[in-house]
Amino acid sequence: MSLFKYSAPSSFYPLAGRLVPWFGTLAFLLCVAGLYIGLFVAPEDFQQGEVYRIIFIHVPAAWMAMFIYLVMAFYAVLALIYQTRLSSMMMEALAPTGAIFTALALWTGALWGRPTWGTYWAWDARMTSTLILLFLYVGYIALINAIEDKKRSDKAGALLVLVGSVNVPIIYFSVKWWNTLHQGASVSLTQGNKMAATMLLGMLVMALACWMYTIAVSLCRVRAIILEREKNAQWVRNIREVNDQLKVT
Amino acid sequence: MLEARSLTLSRGERSLFEALSFAVDPGEALILRGPNGVGKTSLLRVLAGLTRADAGAVFLNNLKLTPLSDAQRAAVLYLGHANALKDEYSAEENLTDQLALDAVASSREARLDALRRVGLLMQRHVAGRKLSQGQKRRIGIARLLLSERPLWLLDEPTNALDQDGVALLLQTVDQHLAGGGAAVVATHLALPLRGPARELTLQENAVTTPVDRLAETQ
Amino acid sequence: MSVVLPTAEMLPTPERGVWVAAARDIKLAMRSKGELAQALVFFVIVVSLFPLAIGPETALLKRIAPGVVWVCALLSVLLTLPRMFQQDYTDGTLEQLALSRYPLPLLCAGKMVAHWLTTGLPVAVVAPLLGLQFGLDSRELMVVVAGLLLGTPVLTMLGAVGAALTLGVRGGSILMALLVLPLYIPVLIFGAGAVESTMAGLDAVANLSLLGALALSGMVGVPFAVAFAVKISLD
Repeated sequence: MSLFKYSAPSSFYPLAGRLVPWFGTLAFLLCVAGLYIGLFVAPEDFQQGEVYRIIFIHVPAAWMAMFIYLVMAFYAVLALIYQTRLSSMMMEALAPTGAIFTALALWTGALWGRPTWGTYWAWDARMTSTLILLFLYVGYIALINAIEDKKRSDKAGALLVLVGSVNVPIIYFSVKWWNTLHQGASVSLTQGNKMAATMLLGMLVMALACWMYTIAVSLCRVRAIILEREKNAQWVRNIREVNDQLKVT
Repeated sequence: MLEARSLTLSRGERSLFEALSFAVDPGEALILRGPNGVGKTSLLRVLAGLTRADAGAVFLNNLKLTPLSDAQRAAVLYLGHANALKDEYSAEENLTDQLALDAVASSREARLDALRRVGLLMQRHVAGRKLSQGQKRRIGIARLLLSERPLWLLDEPTNALDQDGVALLLQTVDQHLAGGGAAVVATHLALPLRGPARELTLQENAVTTPVDRLAETQ
Repeated sequence: MSVVLPTAEMLPTPERGVWVAAARDIKLAMRSKGELAQALVFFVIVVSLFPLAIGPETALLKRIAPGVVWVCALLSVLLTLPRMFQQDYTDGTLEQLALSRYPLPLLCAGKMVAHWLTTGLPVAVVAPLLGLQFGLDSRELMVVVAGLLLGTPVLTMLGAVGAALTLGVRGGSILMALLVLPLYIPVLIFGAGAVESTMAGLDAVANLSLLGALALSGMVGVPFAVAFAVKISLD
């Protein structure tokens, strides 16, 4: 029951406000620690030299790209079954971060690919499916922005993400299949050498940092979305910072 | 027959109606009135199940309706602003097609008879695109004539109809009411129905006439 | 009044809804023949553009044939998707479909059947002619046709979700393409893959079975998703 209480935007707004600084601080500290481990403690790779260090952002970004879509699918189910407005707002808040991480994974992948394989882009199964994932994010964002009526855009977005999430494994599988069919162009992403324990540690710490960052940023964004949608509600007018703003203008 | 219990609906930031309750008995018509854009169409769509109310529910014979459930679809006949006619079909084909969707079993004679009564018998082969607005509305009346559904929801049914057309519509609705049916009609015209009719006036800013102060016109 | 009271056998069996909706849309498509031919003509013309752009070298044309045929089939299906719901949405028929005695998912299934019969099927039928232009042999042509017959229903089904979701939205058709095309990728891969593996002397059965599996699993779930999307658009 106590959890359901927070599905109301009016009670979630202050809760999110209290949580943001904690997650923000955690994200910052973990990021500093992760980058320190990644850039200074972890040894140089004997094959790739210093270049490999981009994995400390590349791999966590790729993980988050997939993970955030999964979380959005979870919220989509909640939105469609329980018709909670907050679930749709969370989806809307998460999507830009998901898209950014997906783009970041692709970008850092390209930057890494150039010195190691001599090409920015290879039609590798993982890169291709990440690119498609970016299309799915962009499609969702475009759809909810194109529909003016919020009630309708909430439901339409949830349905789209649900249909998309059913398709994601099929897409991933088909791209892998396609890749094995076209052996010529494939480049193996998996490193032959064993990863040093410190490298793994750095990557995990960075992944945690990205996770905390995602939570902090999406909570911030969902607060803005709540304010925007409920601007005429009395409880919004009673918030002190909103009230002060109203007095100024 | 039909009961609305504390219906609330908003569009965007605008509240259309709040905690709106009313009831329509068998043999009775409810006339919806109010200025343009006040939410008459939205209310009819909520009653039809097309639009989900933010709060409140529609009851049919004391059974709570899930929007667009089997029970609701079997009970409701909704004639909206759009006539749902195909340009490519003739008047008769349009009627036949609509009845097929309604799953109304009707004989060809019955359909031709209905077209005759709405004055379209001679025009039954005319393509939809060549029919006038009023004639299109009359096909809707022909559909009403053959309908088996107990609850009619009519959105500005007099639009584009001439005097004869309005008389025909009134006669059709009266016949439906006399047979124990009910109707909710949104209109800005005076509708001198013979059967009992009540009026519900929707007003701006969601101030709505409560059910106990409904004006009994008859 | 000439009302016939419903008797038990007159009450509709829900499955009839598929037929009612399909027959309706097919009849409408037949009435506007120009529209019916558009997808087909588009398919033929775009496929024929490739040799002009790439050159008449037979080996190269044969190499790209599977991809060209499938991308063009996909685009011509995409082009016709708005037809499935747009007109009904504008003229109020979609409301009446939602209020029909027949369940909306079955009516939507009927609309998809009609759409496939008027786009996917004709495309599959003319594809061998175009395959000949690209120098495909008869075995490969058969795989092209089989793949299109199995794959275009999936294109119709996924497209129906996108078409219903973007009804009445500004810039709807571009948005629909954006939503639908990423979902089309598996069909493209399996469809073109079937032809390519035949060309490589391998068996096409694996790819074709995957297409069939997609079509079958789509039939179970998609009508409900489409019906839900239609309800969202009408709300």
